[in-house]
Amino acid sequence: MWEYSDKVQDHFFNPRNAGAVTEANATGDVGSISCGDALRLTLKVDPETEVILDAGFQTFGCGSAIASSSALTEIVKGMTLDDALKVTNQDIADYLDGLPPEKMHCSVMGREALAAAIANYRGEEWKDDHEEGALVCKCFAVDAVLIEDTIRANNLSTVQEVTHFTKAGGGCAACHEGIEEILTRVMAERGEAYAAGKAAANAPVLTTDPEKLAAAKRMQTILAAIEAIRPNLRRDHGDIEVLDIEGKTVKVRLVGACSGCQMEAVTLAGVQQKLMEATGEFIRLVPVHAAAHA
Amino acid sequence: MQPVYLDNNATTRVDPLVVEAMLPYFTEQFGNPSSLHAFGNKVGAALKKAREQVAALIGAAHDSEIIFTSCGTESDSTAILSALECQPERKEIITTAVEHPAVLTLVGHLEKKGYTVHRLAVDGKGRLDLDAYKALLSENTAVVSVMWANNETGTLFPVVEMAAMAQEVGAMFHTDAVQAVGKVAIDLKNTAIDMLSISGHKLHAPKGVGVLYLKRGVRYRPLLRGGHQERGRRAGTENVASIIGLGVACELAQQYMEHENTAVKALRDRLEAGILAAVPNCFVTGNPDDRLPNTANIAFEYIEGEGILLQLNKLGIAASSGSACTSGSLEPSHVMKAMGIPYTAAHGTVRFSLSRETTAEDIERVIEAVPPIVARLRKLSPYWGENGPVENPDQAFAPVYA
Repeated sequence: MWEYSDKVQDHFFNPRNAGAVTEANATGDVGSISCGDALRLTLKVDPETEVILDAGFQTFGCGSAIASSSALTEIVKGMTLDDALKVTNQDIADYLDGLPPEKMHCSVMGREALAAAIANYRGEEWKDDHEEGALVCKCFAVDAVLIEDTIRANNLSTVQEVTHFTKAGGGCAACHEGIEEILTRVMAERGEAYAAGKAAANAPVLTTDPEKLAAAKRMQTILAAIEAIRPNLRRDHGDIEVLDIEGKTVKVRLVGACSGCQMEAVTLAGVQQKLMEATGEFIRLVPVHAAAHA
Repeated sequence: MQPVYLDNNATTRVDPLVVEAMLPYFTEQFGNPSSLHAFGNKVGAALKKAREQVAALIGAAHDSEIIFTSCGTESDSTAILSALECQPERKEIITTAVEHPAVLTLVGHLEKKGYTVHRLAVDGKGRLDLDAYKALLSENTAVVSVMWANNETGTLFPVVEMAAMAQEVGAMFHTDAVQAVGKVAIDLKNTAIDMLSISGHKLHAPKGVGVLYLKRGVRYRPLLRGGHQERGRRAGTENVASIIGLGVACELAQQYMEHENTAVKALRDRLEAGILAAVPNCFVTGNPDDRLPNTANIAFEYIEGEGILLQLNKLGIAASSGSACTSGSLEPSHVMKAMGIPYTAAHGTVRFSLSRETTAEDIERVIEAVPPIVARLRKLSPYWGENGPVENPDQAFAPVYA
C-alpha cells in the first residue's frame, strides 16, 4: 500500500500531543468528514507574548493525517503566532521526511487547522480557500479541481498546455485520459470541442535521439568486448588499442608482439568476430599501423 | 509470531496441492498445447481435465462452456462487451450500485459512449429491490450484470431469480461470481444465467487466470481475436500451468464447500460476536442473514479504517478497509455509501475475510487485538469523549468544510 517514512510511522504509532489542551484559548476545526479526514487543533497561547505554550490535536483520519497532526503540534510549540503562520504544509511534510502524493492533503489540512486556530484566537473569521477534487496526476499530486480551474482561467485546450500550467500529466502520462476528459467537459462549457490532435496525445518528447543513444550503447559494448579480449593478447605479449569508433567502423592498432606478427590477420578476424557477437551487428575492423598512423 | 491472514476476499494463498500440480508444466511439459511434439503432448489432456474440474464446480452442462481468461476483470469485460456487440439494437445495461470496479468502471465508460446504464440501489443491509429491477427490464436491455456476492460485505444477490426475469425480456444475464464460486453451491445448468466470471486467485489458485462461463447457444463475440485457442473464443497462448492449477483448486473447493459453510462460518460468527461484545459503537454491515460464510464487515464508528489496519498490521494481522484513504480516492467505499452508512462509520469499516486455512487461534488473537486498537484511535478522535462518543457529535465537531 502506501510507503510511509519511518518518521510518519513513528508519529502515527506514538503520536505527540494527542488530545485537547487544557485551558486552550484557540481552536481550529478543519477537514471533511466525507473525505475521511478532519482535525481539531487546540492551542494555549500566552496573551502577553503570543507564544504558543501548548498544542494538542484530535484527528479523525488515516495514518498520515494523524502523523501530520502530531508533527504540526511539535513544530508550532514555542513559536509566536506570527512565526507559526509562516509554517507551510511542505514544512509539515518535510518534518515527516515526506508524504506519498495521495497524502499531501493531510499536511495541507494541518496547515489549515493552524490558520483556523490562530484566526479563532484573534477573533477573526477564517475562510478556507480549500478546494480539492479527485487526484488525477499521481506523479505530481494534482487534483481535478485545480486542473479544471486552470483550464478555465487560462483558456487551455491541450493536454500539453495543462502539463505546462499545472505539471499534471508531465510524468508517467497515465493520467492523460483523465485530463482529456476534463478538457472535453470544460471546453464544452465555452462552446468548443476538444480535439485531441497529435500534440495532445503525443508521447513525451525524448530528450535523447534514439540513434545517438544506440550509437553510444554500441560504443560501450565494443569497448567492453575489446577489454575482454586484451588479456588473451597480453598472454602472448601483445595488445590492442582502440583508436576510433565511428558508427560500425572500429579503428584499432595491434601493439607489442601482435604488431607485425604473421598471424595478425587471423587475430584481427578473431577480434572482429568477437565484436560482432557482442553487438549483434556487422562491425568493420580497420587496423591502423603504427607507421602509417604516425 | 505467526501472521494472521484475514484478507481472503482480496486474494488467497495458493494451495500447496495446486502448486504441486502446476510445477511439471513449467519445466517438463512446457510445450505449447497447440504443438504436435512430445514436449506438450500431455498438455492438451491436462487442459481438458482442468476444464472438466471447473465445469463440475459450477454445474456447467458442458465443459466447452468454460473459457479460460487471464482474470476476473477480463471475464467481466468480455461478457458485457460481447452482449452489447451481439445486440446492437439494445442500448441499455442494468447493474447494481455496489458492483466491483471491474464492472462499474466499464459501464461508466460505456455510458460516455452513449449506452444507458441503470445502477440498482440497495437498502441499508445491501439488498436489492426486485420490483425496481423488474420495472427497468425491457426490450432495450442488452445485458444485466449483477454480482453473485458482494466483495466487501459478502451479501448475496438473488442472481438465479434475476436471470430468469432477464430471460423474459430477452436480455442476457451476466454475473460476477468471483467471491461466490467455491463458497456457495452453484448449478448453472439449471439456471438462466448466460455468463459468469471466475477469478482463480480468490479460491487458492494463482493470480493471472480466470474463467468466463458461456452457456451453450448464447450469442458471443470474442474480446481477443487471433489464434484458435479456446475454440477461437479467447485467442492467446493458454496460461497452461495456471489453468491446470485452477482445475485442481476447483476440485479442492468442491471438497471444502461444506467446511466453508460450517467450520469457517462458525469462526466468522465467533469473530463477529467477540468483537461486537468487546467494542462499543460498532456494527456489522451488509445482510447478516444472507451472505458469504467467510466475510465479516464491521464498522467502527468515529475512527478511520487505515489507522486500524496499520495497527493490526503491526501485530501481524492482515485485513482490509472501505475507507477512502486505503482506496486512494476521496470517498469512502461506494458499497458503504450505497447502503447509506454515515461517513463517520463508513470510513471506519474493516473487512475480515476468512478461508479454510483460518484457525480458531487466529480468531482469538484478532478478538484480543481489536478492542485496544479501536480505543487508542478513538482517544485521538474529535468525536470521542472520555468514555464514549461526545454528545451530539455532529454539532460538537463540525469542521469548516465538512
